[in-house]
Amino acid sequence: MGLQIRGGRLIDPANDVDRVADLFIDNDGFVAAVDKAPDGFHADRVIDASGRVVCPGLVDLRARLREPGLEYKATIESETHAAVAAGITTLVCPPDTNPVIDTPAMAQMIQQRAWRFGLSFIHPLGALTRGLEGAQLSDMESLDEAGCVGFTNAHEAIRDTLVLRRAMEYAASFDLTVFLHPEDPWLLGAGCVHEGEIGTRLGLPGIPEAAETVALARDLALIEQTGVRAHFCQLSSARSVAMVAEAKSRGLPVTADVTAHHLHLTEHDIGFFDTMCHVIPPLRSLRDRDALRDGLVQGTIDIVCSDHQPHEPDAKLAPFSESEPGISGLETLLPLTLQLVDEGILDLAGAIAAITSKPADVISVDTGHLGIGANADVCIFDLQQRWILKREEMHSRGHNSPFVGRELNGQVTHTLVGGQVVYERDIS
Amino acid sequence: MTERIDIDAAIAHMADALRPLLSRNPLMVGIHSGGVWIAQRLHQSLGLTEPLGALDISFYRDDFTRVGINPQVKASELPVNIDDRHIILVDDVLHTGRTIRAAMNELFDYGRPASITLAVLIRREGRELPIQADAIGTTLDLAPNQRVKLTGPDPLELRIGEARR
Amino acid sequence: MSADMQLDDKGRLRNFLTIEGLPRETLLEILDTAESFVSVGEREIKKVPLLRGKTVVNLFFEASTRTRTTFEIAAKRLSADVINLNPGVSSTRKGETVLDTIDNLEAMRTDLFVVRHSHSGAAYLIAKHLPPHVRLINAGDGRHAHPTQAMLDCFTIRRYKKDFSAIKVAIVGDILHSRVARSLIHALRTLGVPEVRVVAPKTLLPTGVDALGVTTFHNLYEGLEEVDVIVMLRLQRERMEGALIPSEQEYFRVYGLTPEKLSIAKDDAIVMHPGPMNRGLEIDSVVADGPQSVILPQVTNGIAVRMAVMALVMGGSAAGERGGD
Repeated sequence: MGLQIRGGRLIDPANDVDRVADLFIDNDGFVAAVDKAPDGFHADRVIDASGRVVCPGLVDLRARLREPGLEYKATIESETHAAVAAGITTLVCPPDTNPVIDTPAMAQMIQQRAWRFGLSFIHPLGALTRGLEGAQLSDMESLDEAGCVGFTNAHEAIRDTLVLRRAMEYAASFDLTVFLHPEDPWLLGAGCVHEGEIGTRLGLPGIPEAAETVALARDLALIEQTGVRAHFCQLSSARSVAMVAEAKSRGLPVTADVTAHHLHLTEHDIGFFDTMCHVIPPLRSLRDRDALRDGLVQGTIDIVCSDHQPHEPDAKLAPFSESEPGISGLETLLPLTLQLVDEGILDLAGAIAAITSKPADVISVDTGHLGIGANADVCIFDLQQRWILKREEMHSRGHNSPFVGRELNGQVTHTLVGGQVVYERDIS
Repeated sequence: MTERIDIDAAIAHMADALRPLLSRNPLMVGIHSGGVWIAQRLHQSLGLTEPLGALDISFYRDDFTRVGINPQVKASELPVNIDDRHIILVDDVLHTGRTIRAAMNELFDYGRPASITLAVLIRREGRELPIQADAIGTTLDLAPNQRVKLTGPDPLELRIGEARR
Repeated sequence: MSADMQLDDKGRLRNFLTIEGLPRETLLEILDTAESFVSVGEREIKKVPLLRGKTVVNLFFEASTRTRTTFEIAAKRLSADVINLNPGVSSTRKGETVLDTIDNLEAMRTDLFVVRHSHSGAAYLIAKHLPPHVRLINAGDGRHAHPTQAMLDCFTIRRYKKDFSAIKVAIVGDILHSRVARSLIHALRTLGVPEVRVVAPKTLLPTGVDALGVTTFHNLYEGLEEVDVIVMLRLQRERMEGALIPSEQEYFRVYGLTPEKLSIAKDDAIVMHPGPMNRGLEIDSVVADGPQSVILPQVTNGIAVRMAVMALVMGGSAAGERGGD
């Protein structure tokens, strides 16, 4: 069954494409041609994308699906549904599930669950240390064989620097990428907001910028020593951006991401203890937000991700420091990234690259591009469609978003995975 | 409209009505603010020697839940023990009787008087409770939507106006 | 209702959650109303019928006999029915959330909640959740605010010093963890105190405290010069374990208020302490019991101030003219 996507503005940053062009997808789910139909091509279905953007399906570098272990919050089924409704065709999930993804069986189980629903692909990250305990190395090579696209200790800081060094060296032996969350556990403490004037007024324990930069400095020194390829997750401060820029200029093999919400929100958005703004790392100052934006423009930060953390309502109905951190972010990944284009900060191709080709490169998965022969993972969206995020209309099981009630720009109309239409918005 | 009421004459009239009670060695208590001003004049013209008491009935009103607390509430002050004493309670206007009811409740929280005699400068129609004055300065015939207000302490003036909706 | 849940559209106090954001007029209204309640406590029948028939629930998730007792006395002097609850640890162990507790109590026709909780923002969480006719007074939430304490401190200061615009106030001690300090700073600045000082080592000062409108001192001698009011904060003994200060001896030597250090301030300076005091740690007994100490009057004033806050918060739900005379 061949499929034609007609008349859309095709934006494929990996192949430097940005023009109105038709896309032709063959029976096996690969891109057969661009612009002109191949000889003998018969389209069983034609999707009219005129006035819309056609781009690679989004690749979300960090999304928690809560399965296994926290199914009362969300499941792979519910969240992959939400993902495709948001144009996301590939999800990368961290290993801090219960049980932890530190065995090939676990890694395979999660991927198979995703295949069962036939919606977004899920590529797990494997645990860097066994049980995420920061003491023994995990079976990284076997986990890599089983489909893990990188290794991380998530938010469980590895306190023993020697263990971290060894983990990096071992990963480097097999050319594996480590994903690092720069967080010094002692400076992080029980903090829940940025340490500054707002935190002081609210009387909430603060997380100083140093909690991130101390860990970042340590990690950079070890990356240099071990030569491991590293990706820094969720930078939140201006100082960190500067440190990563400096490391890149010296040729260190590092990449970095920022969450969509850190590009828009600051500590001021917490207002009167709005738990929807409780995130780790915390929302910091305006200066930090502006530096993160600038870092994205300059290329110091390569990728925007959602850091999707769906929660049940009770998790957020507690005093601020007792509430669980995290935002349900799948559905706002695209519009928040596009908002940077609206505000003149990024160009459209650059914005799309940050959520398609760049993350695909970091995890070395063949997606995020639409050249001939590519997997037909496609996202079609209305660039100028304004809509309001309504809690009851969210597809994710988690409705915990500070963007509820906000007007957003950019709405997905179709999502294809492997040439199959897995989501279609009801436009009537 | 400022009605031309001879306040001095009215107060003198009240003093005459109260003079027979002097034999019982009464204690005078005025209700803030108008009643206190009137009571000061009476206190002087009757030659009372013990200090004048003053009641602010804000905490005893029956409309608290609806209206809230009076921003200008003053402290009540009863410098003399009222147990077994004959009280002359003084107010400026007797209308529905609710202020007097509140004042009596408050007095009884201070002690147990032997008797209470009520003296008011103005009596007007519209009684809602079984309360009456024993000494009255003058009676005014007013429409239900009219309000009368005493301003002071010096000079004392009566103002009659329309009630605000 | 304003966004901060405290004032209604007419600017009347509905919930008392924090000093921050309240206009000067509101603070003065509380102080003036409290004046009239002082005399109630001095006569034999220490009651007025203002809250008769109303139910006040003291909901103390964080235990405190002193504060709870003054709120209880204040409510009873207003003739309210008072219920004291200390859910504390037991409910949370059973898994009942803060809001579940509130719902259960609210169903029992509570009119006013007085809530103390060990986490900042708890009062707001509850206030957002309550129906409009049920009011809330914050008796302390985490490090964030303790507005009734700030008001009784200001009431005490006004009684002794009269004019807020002519004094210097120094707050000494663990500002970092203190909700009393935060609320008092807001109140003093709103009431027009020109100079509010905080005196503490850097470890006990929160980041960005200057932005609250205070000058910081690490040296007590410098901090107390020319000061009219000294507020000593309690130092919890756990601070030694958290690597915030080295030892009790050093703390007392450097920051403890002794007669000698007190003499640096003005001769008629008053000494205050929100209590309970650690004698020999932040304050010397000689000073605590001395002629310049107004610590005991603070406690008495606390009842009148809390009566005032309750009366203001509970009064006048409906718009209406004063009743007939």
